[in-house]
Amino acid sequence: MSDVYKIVTDKTLTYKQQFVLLAKIGENTDTTIPYNPLWIQAIEEGMVCDLFEGALPYRPRYIIPDYHVLMEKGSDFLELGAPTDLWEAIHSLLIMYNHVPSVSSFPVFLGDLDTLLDPFIKDEQEAEKAIRLFMLHIDRVFTDSFVHANIGPKDTKAGRIILKVTKELQTAVPNMTVKYDPDITSDEFASLCASTMLDTAKPSFANHKMFTEEFGEGYALASCYNGLRLAGGGYTLPRLKLASIAQKAQSIEHFKNELLPYYVQLMSEFMDMRIRFMVEEASFFKSNFLVKEGFIKQENFVGMFGMVGLAESVNTLLEIDDLKKGYGHLQEADDLGEDIIKHLDHLISLHPAPYSENSQNRYWLHAQVGIERDGLGSSPGTRIPVGAEPETHKQINHSTRFHKYFPAGTGDIYRFDETWKKTPEALVDIIRGALLRGVRYFSGYCENNDVVRVTGYLVKRSELEKLDRKEAVKNHATVLGQGSRDLAKALDRRVNRQ
Amino acid sequence: MIKAPICKIIPFSNVDGPGNRMAIFFQGCPFNCWYCHNPETINLCNHCGLCVDTCPEKALSMIHNQVTWNEQQCISCDQCLATCPNQSSPKVKSYTTDDVMVQVDELSPFIRGLTVSGGEAMMYPEFLTELFQKVKKYPLNILIDSNGYRPFADYPMLLDLIDGVMLDVKSIDPSFHKKLTGQDNTIVIENLKYLISINKLYEVRIVCLPSYDEQNRKTIQQVSQIIQHHCRLKLIKYRPYGVTDNGLDILGKETFSEVLFEEYKQLAKAFGVKDIAMI
Repeated sequence: MSDVYKIVTDKTLTYKQQFVLLAKIGENTDTTIPYNPLWIQAIEEGMVCDLFEGALPYRPRYIIPDYHVLMEKGSDFLELGAPTDLWEAIHSLLIMYNHVPSVSSFPVFLGDLDTLLDPFIKDEQEAEKAIRLFMLHIDRVFTDSFVHANIGPKDTKAGRIILKVTKELQTAVPNMTVKYDPDITSDEFASLCASTMLDTAKPSFANHKMFTEEFGEGYALASCYNGLRLAGGGYTLPRLKLASIAQKAQSIEHFKNELLPYYVQLMSEFMDMRIRFMVEEASFFKSNFLVKEGFIKQENFVGMFGMVGLAESVNTLLEIDDLKKGYGHLQEADDLGEDIIKHLDHLISLHPAPYSENSQNRYWLHAQVGIERDGLGSSPGTRIPVGAEPETHKQINHSTRFHKYFPAGTGDIYRFDETWKKTPEALVDIIRGALLRGVRYFSGYCENNDVVRVTGYLVKRSELEKLDRKEAVKNHATVLGQGSRDLAKALDRRVNRQ
Repeated sequence: MIKAPICKIIPFSNVDGPGNRMAIFFQGCPFNCWYCHNPETINLCNHCGLCVDTCPEKALSMIHNQVTWNEQQCISCDQCLATCPNQSSPKVKSYTTDDVMVQVDELSPFIRGLTVSGGEAMMYPEFLTELFQKVKKYPLNILIDSNGYRPFADYPMLLDLIDGVMLDVKSIDPSFHKKLTGQDNTIVIENLKYLISINKLYEVRIVCLPSYDEQNRKTIQQVSQIIQHHCRLKLIKYRPYGVTDNGLDILGKETFSEVLFEEYKQLAKAFGVKDIAMI
């Protein structure tokens, strides 16, 4: 049975999901880019992973258009003038989203929705209706949890309406981040965000001060929690699987001084080849209207250097079997973990990255959230394994050691019991403290909600149940969620209880 | 250095005052209320050793005639609490203020304040004074949760250090208070008035009981007349969880209706209380 036949006859896939999978098979028939056989071997051995981006990249993995251009000038290619009211603004955005490519074919960034829409808000009742329909449209048409909207840091009418309808609609799409800075964001708006997060697992909180120090004002949170430059994006995202690499190590020194440099070199070359092809040969950066009309600029793109499984690599190197006595619980293990990431960051910085003009000509570290088939043996990024999390404040303090190394994205997820719904301001106390201490990105959800965060993306439990009954579901991420639930216990994380 | 017995420290509590707080529960309470939810905090351990044999994890042992708790081995099944005939717990630890400060320091970025509760925190006023002097180095709000048995007017230095008191008024009726708690309420009522006069009353709590409607109304009415708009009133509905058999015999396993609870709220409102919380 061919892979094409399997896809075409799979009753749990929708038409669009089949279409995207079939396109990938087509792309993979190409052999233009001469990938290093040692890289292919490393993939086969499970030491690295290309995250199935496809053999011949015809667009960057993640694209972060500056939608303010659309609001100010419209688009010649789309034959849209600058919008003059809220309905036109929303309509223009919905049209444009269909023309923003990505690895999943869905737009992974929808814009700073509140600042885009707020200038158009006149009648609040009408605005609420317009924004409710807008958010509903996004969930039903862009059926993928990696579709991501940003709000904040300022408290705006549009922001409040977005939160209100998000709470009401209870959808997994879009994923959402509030850019939070206690000096800019009002306490009331932060509380509303926390309350919405407890009800429907979004928005997550991004450390605005930290991101603006690295990127300036023009940055976005896209897909899971990827930090990327506005009017730019991420070219590609392969990852090192530290847990497997550690299995091969004879000692900590062997791991750090021989294995890591070897795989960093292989992966950097792989990224170089893909980026060179995208910029030099593929049509995207030459002819796509997003480039020509200034929605994105090539020099704002960066290659994302992913890694997973730090926890397991450390425990392996220190020969620790009991998860509750290793990484996340033991000073020696955490010190080694930070030492490894610091060293990895250094090795990456030594490699000159092509076409990364606004990213210091280097690849940027990304703590990848893992994929469902990683299973229990490889925790996302630098996270403590699910089920072995210490008390919340200890977990936060642990995170602060690592988040600074990951401008291209990292984050932790905290689960709370129902009582916190009554006291969102108490949750803001925790988040504010965490961000001030150096946490980059904070996600939370309430233990029994329908919408829950799996590793970085959202799913609805009700959709998981549908999929369990072998029925097709709109949201492709539900399939990933099912795998992570079954293979990696991703929904069993520790609950902060009273 | 002064030490005090502490039965539990909750790093993140969202139910012991405003915002996220560290909550410290002291062991020992001079009251013995019918509806006490954690009767194991009333007395100090007398080292009778009965709990040692019933611990399924062998986390308790007798060392030099003292019941000793091995925290690492404990699975928190609470069999020891069920065994204890003395309304106590073998899981109480003796802390210096420096021991507590280690945790305050670790938690301080994530909390708005600290609440001491119990048991009855005011059994250890010297310890609290020393502790709060150290806590003052942090921008943290400090609240004492108290049953009001000890006159606050006797501790001006302690009161200077704190932001407020959350005071329980179990009953306004002296003889009913005596029956309900085993103790007189004269000092409680004096504390109520005194704390208002110095602007240190953060909240008053009244637990409303099933089948004592008249007592409930009397307490709500008179307390409301005293506090008026000066602080929040928290009305707490009786819940049977954790209550001793003796308490259950008197108060039952059911609570009263939401309709009646709402009437209590309206009563407080009618006497001028503006901020009323109901749980």
